[in-house]
Amino acid sequence: MGGEAVSRFWREIPQRYNLIGTKCKVCNRIYFPQREVCPFCRRKSIGKMEEVKLSGRGKIVTYTIIHVPPKKFEGQAPYAVAVVELEEGVRVTSQIVDCNLDKIKIGMEVEATFRRIQDDGWTGAIYYGYKFRPVEKHEDKK
Amino acid sequence: MGKVGIVSYGAFIPIHRIKVDDIAKTWGRDGETIKKSLGVYEKSVPSLDEDTATISVEAARHALARAGINPKEIGAIYVGSESHPYAVKPTGTIVGEAIGATPSLMVADYEFACKAGTAAIQSCMALIETGMIKYGLAIGADTAQAAPGDALEYTAAAGGAAFIIGKDGVIAEINGTYSFTTDTPDFWRREGRKYPAHGGRFTGSPAYFRHIINATKCLMEKMGTKPEDYDYAVFHQPNGKFPRAVAKMLGFKEDQIKHGLLCPFIGNTYSGSSLLGLAAVLDVAKPGERILLTSYGSGAGSDSFDITVTDAIESFPKEKAPTVSQLINRKNYIDYAIYAKYRDILYWE
Amino acid sequence: MREVAIIGVGLTKFGELWDKSFRQLITEAGTKAILDAGIRGSEIDALYVGSMSPGRFIGQEHVGALVADSSGLTVMHIPATRIESACASGGMALRHAYIAVAAGIHDIVIVGGVEKMTDVVGSEATNILAMAADQEWEAFFGVTFPALYAMIARRHMYEYGTTREQLAMVAVKNHENALLNPNAQFHRKITVEDVINSPPVATPLNLLDCSPISDGAAALVLCPLEKAKEYTDKIVKIAGSGQATDSLALHGREDICTFMSTVRASREAYKQAGIQPKDVDVAEVHDCFTIAEILAIEDLGFVKKGEGGKAVEEGLTARDGEIPVNPSGGLKAKGHPVGATGVAQVAEIVLQLRGEAEKRQIPDARIGLAHNIGGSGASCTVHILEAV
Repeated sequence: MGGEAVSRFWREIPQRYNLIGTKCKVCNRIYFPQREVCPFCRRKSIGKMEEVKLSGRGKIVTYTIIHVPPKKFEGQAPYAVAVVELEEGVRVTSQIVDCNLDKIKIGMEVEATFRRIQDDGWTGAIYYGYKFRPVEKHEDKK
Repeated sequence: MGKVGIVSYGAFIPIHRIKVDDIAKTWGRDGETIKKSLGVYEKSVPSLDEDTATISVEAARHALARAGINPKEIGAIYVGSESHPYAVKPTGTIVGEAIGATPSLMVADYEFACKAGTAAIQSCMALIETGMIKYGLAIGADTAQAAPGDALEYTAAAGGAAFIIGKDGVIAEINGTYSFTTDTPDFWRREGRKYPAHGGRFTGSPAYFRHIINATKCLMEKMGTKPEDYDYAVFHQPNGKFPRAVAKMLGFKEDQIKHGLLCPFIGNTYSGSSLLGLAAVLDVAKPGERILLTSYGSGAGSDSFDITVTDAIESFPKEKAPTVSQLINRKNYIDYAIYAKYRDILYWE
Repeated sequence: MREVAIIGVGLTKFGELWDKSFRQLITEAGTKAILDAGIRGSEIDALYVGSMSPGRFIGQEHVGALVADSSGLTVMHIPATRIESACASGGMALRHAYIAVAAGIHDIVIVGGVEKMTDVVGSEATNILAMAADQEWEAFFGVTFPALYAMIARRHMYEYGTTREQLAMVAVKNHENALLNPNAQFHRKITVEDVINSPPVATPLNLLDCSPISDGAAALVLCPLEKAKEYTDKIVKIAGSGQATDSLALHGREDICTFMSTVRASREAYKQAGIQPKDVDVAEVHDCFTIAEILAIEDLGFVKKGEGGKAVEEGLTARDGEIPVNPSGGLKAKGHPVGATGVAQVAEIVLQLRGEAEKRQIPDARIGLAHNIGGSGASCTVHILEAV
């Protein structure tokens, strides 16, 4: 995606950094990415879509390990990508990190983390956003 | 509202570790000898998708999760690091946006080798004392670079800690701080260069030891304290040896420093180093206990702090974020080849 | 609304056609279709061309005019329209040409589909194909196109017990069919083991689960049914045409294992044609990945949801099976020049219904179906053809 203006990425910062979705105040459905209009309430929802921060916790619905990546992700392969269903019921597509790729399972509990997603080469801007990692039981050892 | 102090804190350490043995093997050196001489066994390594901004955000989010304050009440963010992802463009704005503290916010990035994080705490203290802000967020974080084969490669690590400074709900009061600063070129990285250079043994007595000893002594003189008045002491940890040596020279005992001495297990996290040590101490400290913290940044300077843990720490929800020891134990070993890929030592286009 | 017939088909070879350019390919296919229809160029009223991304593959937009120009039709200044709907661009171009003829706007219309994919390096082709996914919320995070279908496959295996072997059998069958198609990209018999042992692309999908990067073009000539007998005795009519959409991103769907766009487009086409899925004698379905063919035969109603893998294993979709699927070799083995695919599928069905499919002829085929998908199921066209 070379040659793109940074504005395209900058405008998505609230959603990419903090999983800010929208909630239709008519039917209370939650959407991510944000929607201008609720597909169920349509005109009734105009002006009634309210921003809502998602918890960032969810479960893996399905996943894959990518071995043939797009050019910008070449150094990272193999890496895992999943559709994650968040607690609020919405689904997002994201990488799964900090985890043994063999251990990933459908139904696995994951939480959002903040990572570099891609950049515009050595001289370009860096784009950050959410990835997910397994929810771990922290063990105290000394 | 009492004294200015620490309202909350959070830490972050990337999951990957490389053993000193693996680095030594790559360069034809004896791992046992190096481990013995440095007092370091393994170090943390950031993934390709981690940098000072992501580590700062994770640490800051951990601090916020425990603080239970509205992020909009944070009036200033200072991120101290010598590996900011951009040479020009602040890390602090990324953190501010990611924790929801923007836009009514003061931000600047700090650089003072390994002590920029403690400098950030001092700035926040001053802004709070003058009433300019209610809370300040001070972060020390790094993904330290070391030239392949250089002695620094055994220790240059990644990690960070974030401290919310304020007067409301303080879990540890900062009784006083003192800085000792001179122009001493013991370690540096020139503009536009990828790896730092250093003065070898010159980094020892005229640099690390002189500054830490003077800052600590002057602070204790100012506060009227003696080493035995402190339950814990944390010194900057470029390796496992120096902090032990400096503690001994100053009259501190092993028991006082062991809780905050992390370098043997994660390496030197530069701006994160002494602050991660402080976070580890706060993870275990009890009301009334007293902590001495002295950072060191090449170039050179030391910031020393006298801290007393308050009763508020008893109800402080530490469990809302991982403790430092949990972060240390959450690990995945990688070999030198993967390390080389992650640390951008391999060349590919 | 007028009934519409297809009176001419033209196909180029599919494959890595290093010596052929975009304009040469579409001109070749168009010329063959015109000759097949037995019409004169001056009789053509309008041109529709489906192409996914000439802008990125060859740095050329405005290909409606380009195709009209290179095929010598600009001297008549006929309307030329390029249609884009990712990998369903071809099916969508046919659909719009069909609507124009059925509505009485135009009489003789030529429909082309073309993609020249090998003028960029492989990793760039991967990027371009990923543009059919949601750029901001899928591709941005490093998701590739095979990865989306791989996630469908993973979920299908989880929910229905579809096996790795059953996925492989789709590729084995389609490669076997392609042996009999002179235009196919691959003439290579493969085994289940070959597929399973081929390099992973996005688990559980391997290289041999994926359709290739291809160059190629296809063309059709449409006219009102009542005029068709002026040109040919072997009349094939469009008995049903359906089109539907779904969420652009895979994560936008409740059921990852069902393409509702296929369900809706096919039901619309069946209803118009007045047939049931079991009436279909031969089908060309969108098997960009092996899992896609399993999904297609389920969503088209050939088998129940979840039984696609078993159906393939039991030979239901083989050339001598109950519903032969992809006798041409499909996208998997015939090749997948994305914009050309939807048009080429219909061309194959026309040949089958005319009894001109040579060695791969399905005996007594009278009703055929072509199913074309864009993206990970966000767009779909289904066309039902009938020998008159």
